[in-house]
Amino acid sequence: MIKTSQLVADDATLRDVVPAGDYYMKVLKAGQTLRILDLEGNQAADTLFYNANDPSERYSAMDTIREQGNVYLTAGTTLVSNLGREMLTITADTCGRHDTLGGACATESNTVRYALEKKCMHACRDSWLLAVAENDQYGLTKRDITHNINFFMNVPVTAEGGLSFADGISGAGKYVEMRAEMDVIVLLSNCPQLNNPCNAYNPTPVEMLIWDAA
Amino acid sequence: MTSSTQDIIYQETIAGAAHWSVTVPAGKILRFINTNGKANVSLLFHNPKDLLERYNAPDTLKCQHTFKLTKGNCLYSDMGRIFCSIVRDDSGWIDSVGGLANKQKVAAKWGERSYQTQGNQWLQNGYDSMLVELAKYGLGKRDMAANLNLFSKVATDAEGNLQFDEQASKAGDIIELRFEMDTLVLMSTCPHPMNPASDYPNHPVSVEMCQAESVSQDDYCRNFRPENGRGFENTERYRCETTQASC
Repeated sequence: MIKTSQLVADDATLRDVVPAGDYYMKVLKAGQTLRILDLEGNQAADTLFYNANDPSERYSAMDTIREQGNVYLTAGTTLVSNLGREMLTITADTCGRHDTLGGACATESNTVRYALEKKCMHACRDSWLLAVAENDQYGLTKRDITHNINFFMNVPVTAEGGLSFADGISGAGKYVEMRAEMDVIVLLSNCPQLNNPCNAYNPTPVEMLIWDAA
Repeated sequence: MTSSTQDIIYQETIAGAAHWSVTVPAGKILRFINTNGKANVSLLFHNPKDLLERYNAPDTLKCQHTFKLTKGNCLYSDMGRIFCSIVRDDSGWIDSVGGLANKQKVAAKWGERSYQTQGNQWLQNGYDSMLVELAKYGLGKRDMAANLNLFSKVATDAEGNLQFDEQASKAGDIIELRFEMDTLVLMSTCPHPMNPASDYPNHPVSVEMCQAESVSQDDYCRNFRPENGRGFENTERYRCETTQASC
């Protein structure tokens, strides 16, 4: 569902540009709103959320889609934790829908999907593993790397049970916005994938904007 | 019905509302039989030598361009290897996204769990059930990946709306998983979280471990998708590295 935001970029408390292949890891406080802005278009933003006060509680793709009864995420979606609690609410979305089935790229899954020789290409999971290693104050390790959201990615599912990675429906300047319902750690990998159309074969930066509660 | 099995090594019944685990060596088959119908079997897989390697639902789905899982599909770990191949699936659709019901959901749908009043017919939930099984190996909720649900079908319509098929779990249906590497299999027979039954669904499943025939180059699962050939290659390399069976 397309829903625009009333928030003004100049009023944002924090603004960070995340180049492709880098990660972003910050705490979003309850009541704050995060906008992920697709600066140049068709850029997958692979994102995980953890309860900042107890990171064993984290975003759960399965609980989120089952409880809303739909596989796509958009404005109005509540992002649900593995304990069945509300973590964030998507409050605005100018892209239309986002994927949470396709997961993140990893060097190992790249060998299966494309070729064994592709194992040394940079991948989202490597960015996350570096993020948790460089930010050990959060106490996260590989076991915490779970099933993520792919903002701006288009992964249609058919009634016959098919699933594909289709051309993006995002474009330059499109964004998705979410309000934190609890203090959350935001862990984002700006996807470096070059082997499929999720980044239009040209990974580009995203911008992260945070507003305090009104 | 054709079967990939030769000798049955053992057979057992897992009651409804229960959980169990077994380490299955490479080259063996686990055969699940939907004894009386309406059963649900939630499964998780870990590598017993490196428990951090676990079943990865997104990799499994995207590698094979599928939302449903059935005969021909392979079930992948996060390390690009195949825990097991689905060599038989009478049901035609294994649920990949429904997850587990937690205590609150079971209480809301079917009532509060109480061993004191219900005994082993208690209203156990899949989440707690799996948590107990994981804990036997030193694992916890941080390690709980998205599971699959045998004998349960959750499809979508054109808009992506999820639909649970009440008729999908049929008596006598068999699902066979052939293990391609040594695997710790965690299972729960608690009800599927989307099951709309008015009474708590408590249904057993029969489990048999069998010897598999060796995997040929023209194996159905290996050739089901070009990706699976590479998954088998990764798994064979790993078996050699760890001196597992059939290297």
